[in-house]
Amino acid sequence: MVSLVALLTIFVLAIFVGFELITKVPPTLHTPLMSGSNAISGITLVGALLLAGSLDSPVLSKTLAAVAVALATINVVGGFLVTHRMLAMFKKK
Amino acid sequence: MIPEQLRDILYVVAAVLFIYDLKWMAHPRTAVRGNATGAMGMALAVAATLLSEPLDWPYMLVGVAVGGLIGAVAAARVQMTAMPEMVGLFNGFGGGASVLVAGSALVAAVTAMTGAAAAGNGAGMQMKVATVASGLIGSVTFFGSYVAFGKLAEFLAVKWKLHTWQKVIKYSFSLAVVAGGVWYGVVAGIMPHGVGSNTGLLSIALIVCALIIGGLLLRKSDRFPGMNVVKWLSAVACLAVGGALVINPENFMLFWVLAGVAGVLGVILTLSIGGADMPVVIALLNSYSGLAAAATGFVINNTVLIISGSLVGASGIILTNIMCKAMNRSLANVLFGTMGPTGDTPAADEVYKTVKATSAEEIAMVLDGAQRVAIVPGYGMAVAQAQHAVRSLAQLLEAAGTSVDFAIHPVAGRMPGHMNVLLAEADVDYDKLLEMDDINAEMDQYDVAIVVGANDVVNPVARTDPNSPIAGMPIIDVDKANTVIVIKRSLSPGFAGIPNPLFALDNTLMFFSDGRKAINDIIAAVKEAA
Repeated sequence: MVSLVALLTIFVLAIFVGFELITKVPPTLHTPLMSGSNAISGITLVGALLLAGSLDSPVLSKTLAAVAVALATINVVGGFLVTHRMLAMFKKK
Repeated sequence: MIPEQLRDILYVVAAVLFIYDLKWMAHPRTAVRGNATGAMGMALAVAATLLSEPLDWPYMLVGVAVGGLIGAVAAARVQMTAMPEMVGLFNGFGGGASVLVAGSALVAAVTAMTGAAAAGNGAGMQMKVATVASGLIGSVTFFGSYVAFGKLAEFLAVKWKLHTWQKVIKYSFSLAVVAGGVWYGVVAGIMPHGVGSNTGLLSIALIVCALIIGGLLLRKSDRFPGMNVVKWLSAVACLAVGGALVINPENFMLFWVLAGVAGVLGVILTLSIGGADMPVVIALLNSYSGLAAAATGFVINNTVLIISGSLVGASGIILTNIMCKAMNRSLANVLFGTMGPTGDTPAADEVYKTVKATSAEEIAMVLDGAQRVAIVPGYGMAVAQAQHAVRSLAQLLEAAGTSVDFAIHPVAGRMPGHMNVLLAEADVDYDKLLEMDDINAEMDQYDVAIVVGANDVVNPVARTDPNSPIAGMPIIDVDKANTVIVIKRSLSPGFAGIPNPLFALDNTLMFFSDGRKAINDIIAAVKEAA
């Protein structure tokens, strides 16, 4: 079990890293940035998988998690693919 | 099975890959590589998870198969003009997944407890608070995003005729929400889960929430009397139910009531926001979906969720801030204020007395003598799907030795960067897309500015009239160009609802037509003249 303080530290530091990184993204790429970061927020998939695959959880818990797996997978797969499609159009001639 | 430490190390690697993803998004040259890196990070995180403990596969596989198929098909088929809807919808899925993960974790934790002695031990304070946060933010995101999606696809406010598929989505979603609420409420009422009391009351609360959401989504207008009361009531109720859930986590009926009340809040918050503010809303929901994922990380003690969630949360907040600045409005004003003509807005007839209409032939003559041309696209270009025609016109002019630039206002379109993506789709070099501040500095050196389907973002009133609803909003100063050509279907106002004196200036020519047809007519006229 990781301590709450350690998790909070990670949370706060990651927000600062996020601010630093995103400030450098030019307006031209804001739409792909949104769909790409949206794909990253599909990381909930990890949590959903653990719960859907749990060996000793009740069926209700696993069913909810299976729906979560589906939603998060849409986010991940769709998000990265559509971002790729968009970025491929930004080419220099 | 890999040991827990190895899994956590792989999570750190995945987080680093996500950071590189966002870092490489800083330039179009490296962005494709960045996105691929992010996808690798995700694959690594998923693989580490699957290898870390013995798992029961059927539920997972069904979820992955269904989601993967839908995601891949949607990503391959969506049109670039529909990107705002698509991103809005994906935000919602992220939020929905967070709610369900938190709910599922709560059910698992509560069921793992045996007897009253264990009550309160199975779920620690951190988990309880995080579950509330995740349920609340996630549900606001899910329902808010659905409303944003509906507005962008124009099937919530039924101003335009609906396609059949839009009706199907609209009615079936409302029905599903109501049916889900009623079903769960009734089942829980008959056969209480957990050891909670007053389940009957909670069932009724859940059903009421479902009915409100379902009803709101079917309404034909965006506002209704008492809207603000419901908004504040649902906000207070969210906190109250959240507090009750922290005290009494074994009654997880409360969790669904929380999700229901937060859903009402999400619907109402987004419903009242107008089309011009859509970029802010999309960016904000993007931020929420990240924060919901981070909260879920606290629920299940997972560092990679916390890191990725906060990266996305930060990203959304920055974009929200940029959009708000570009409209000279505060976030609170966008969320809670209203935008519309003020009392002393001049009458449209008065402003438009001296409007000059023009023809494609006249425009061709003006363009013939021009050295520098600026094209200012707006949402109208997206609606008319005119981006390819605009590119052809730019190429034609360049072939004749004219220099052509594109001026992009930060809030042109329906999401941050919307115009840039459309022009990139039409093969316009991104070096030609100039930001507002850069082009404004040189606007007086342009011979011709062509405005395609933009209105409020080129309204000089923002500079001149301190009482106007758009006062102080940064605009593209097209009125300073030698000649301004405005392509627009009519003199109807933009989202701010005010007349635009630009249209009546001495150096402005109005070309009343659909965006794509207008550009194609101009192309034909230019070719004929040459």
